[in-house]
Parts: sequence; C-alpha cells; structure tokens
Amino acid sequence: MSCDRMESRILPYVDGRLKASEQREVEEHLSECPACRVRVNEFRAVSGLLDELPQIEPSGAFDARVRARIAAEPVKQSWWAWLAPSPRVAFAASLLLFATVWVGSRPNTPEGRRTRVADRGPIIIDSSDLPVLENFDVLANFEPLTDLPQSVQGDEEQPDSNQQM
Amino acid sequence: MARSDVQLMLDVKAGDEQSFALLLQRYRSPLINFLYRMVRNREQAEDLAQEVFIRVYRARADYVPSAKFTTWLFRIATNLALNSVRDTRHQRKEVSLDAPVTADAEEGDERPLDVAEKHPNIEQHLVEEARRRMIRQAIEKLPEKQRAAVLLHKYQELDYNEIAKILECSESALKSLLFRAYETLRVELAPLVQQGAK
Repeated sequence: MSCDRMESRILPYVDGRLKASEQREVEEHLSECPACRVRVNEFRAVSGLLDELPQIEPSGAFDARVRARIAAEPVKQSWWAWLAPSPRVAFAASLLLFATVWVGSRPNTPEGRRTRVADRGPIIIDSSDLPVLENFDVLANFEPLTDLPQSVQGDEEQPDSNQQM
Repeated sequence: MARSDVQLMLDVKAGDEQSFALLLQRYRSPLINFLYRMVRNREQAEDLAQEVFIRVYRARADYVPSAKFTTWLFRIATNLALNSVRDTRHQRKEVSLDAPVTADAEEGDERPLDVAEKHPNIEQHLVEEARRRMIRQAIEKLPEKQRAAVLLHKYQELDYNEIAKILECSESALKSLLFRAYETLRVELAPLVQQGAK
C-alpha cells in the first residue's frame, strides 16, 4: 500500500473502524513506513486532545422554551381534513337525509297521487266540455259558419243567439 | 425496552406528544453540544437547537423513516449551524483569534469541573485550562464543513456513511475531509501533540 492510500484509511484505523483485511494492509504498511507510523501516533494524540473538551449542560429553561414554541404552533390540517364534516354540518346533512327518506317512503298509490294533486288546489274539468275540446279543429274552421243567414237587426239585443253560436 | 428513535418519531406522527418529549430528552444535550462547538455561543446554540426540534415537529406529518433518525436530525442541525456561522462570519472576523477568550464564551458555559478534587494545584489547573483553550481555538479555526465533520465524527460517534449523508458528500470525500481536518489540528496543536505522541 502507498502512503497516498493511507490518507483514506489512517483515521478509520485510529478509530478501529476498518475491516480486518484493511487493517492488516495498514499494519503491513506501517511496519515499513516510519512517516505514516508517526502520523498515526499524532492522529491518536489529536483524538485524545479532543476528548479533553468538557460537555455543556442544556439550560434549565430549554425544554420549557421548546414546549412553549410547540404549543404556539398552528394546528396543521391535512389536505383531506376538509372532507371530515364538522358536527353541525353532519347534523344538517343527517336531517336532510332523513327528510328525503321520509318523503320518499310515503305511499305511491293513485290515491296518494290524487291527494297530492288535490293539495295543490282543485282542477275541475267539466265532462260536458270534452266533445267540444275534441272537435276544436272544427270550431277553429269558421268556413261553414259563412253559410248561416245574415244576422238580423237586434241580434245584439238577443244575447241568447250569440250564446248558441 | 426503549423505543427506537424511528418508532418514537412515528408515534409523534400519529399524534403522541409524549414521544416527542422523549426525543427531546434524548437528543437535546448532544445537539446543544454539537451546535455550541459549531457556533461557540451558548445562547445561539440553544436557539438553534430549539429550531431543530421545531423543524422536526413541523415535519412530523410527512416523516418517512427512509434514513436513520440521527442522520435527519443532525443534517437539520448542521445546515442551521453552517448558515449561522456564515451569517456571523464577518462579525467574528473582527474578533482576533488570539484575543483572550471571555468566560461567557468559553469556560463559563462548560460543565464545571471539580477543580479542588482533580486539581489540588491551581497552577496545574491553569495549565489544563490553557490546553483546553488551545484545543477549542484549533477546532474553531477549521473551515466550517471540516469542523462539522470532526464534531460529528468525534463527539457524536456517527459512522462515516451517516456523516457523509449529513454533509451531503460521498464517503470517500468525507474521509478526505476528515484527513485534512486532522492534519490541520495536528499542526495547530503540535506542542500538545508532541507530548501526547511520545
């Protein structure tokens, strides 16, 4: 192994994080290379010096400050949240559904229909008018009426004759 | 049996606030120490750590356990720290690296040692303090990315693959980055290294 290749292995070697095969290669190189041996020792010394720095403790208020900030966070709703109905909307929708079902469940017999038509108000059709309505085309054609004799004076004074037409 | 980080995060996603409190308890100290060593200011480090936890909380709904939780957590922390360091770089340049270190920025923040027990001799205590100051300054002089790599490697004991993902580089690039960082530290700390390497 060359000294250049040691560059990527020297620290993992000091840490003891090399695979067994890599460690053997490094140790073979170190047995032949005094410069790399010195460097390994010095890296070990640096690592030991870094261990000398003490830790700091979080301040007593740290947790409370984090909790306070979390409590102040707005409640985040998912994109699907709007699909979840509020209790009032759910109640209104239930009422509507109930009413629809109730109306739909009423009997659908002819009597029932007549009752509902009667509810809207009476439509009275006089059965004597039916033939007239059926012959409406004949009535619309006034040509046969031209054969009738000319009206005499005083017709206007005889309302009964107009009514007969 | 303690729940894994991923399980806790999935529980947070399901609406369990208590699981978030457990993650906070588990990671507040490692995060604050990492950030403190990156930005060298306790208050700023705690503010950044808070921001990390808030971002984790905000992202809970979209959380997918595709990577280790620590990779995700320290990636957020590293990005925040790097941005913070870059934002304040011009301010820090105004402070000489050789200037005396204030108690607030350094010793005052760190865990108090039992000086009387460990260092009956005040002179010995001062020597050790000087050593620590030298080490801190050597770390501070490293370029930001090298500093983050060293801190994640040395103090968080993350594996190379994980650190590479956090720093968004290849594993071989990370090893090269760490090698250069240790080379710089070896030179900066030469007087101490010579003592330790003997």
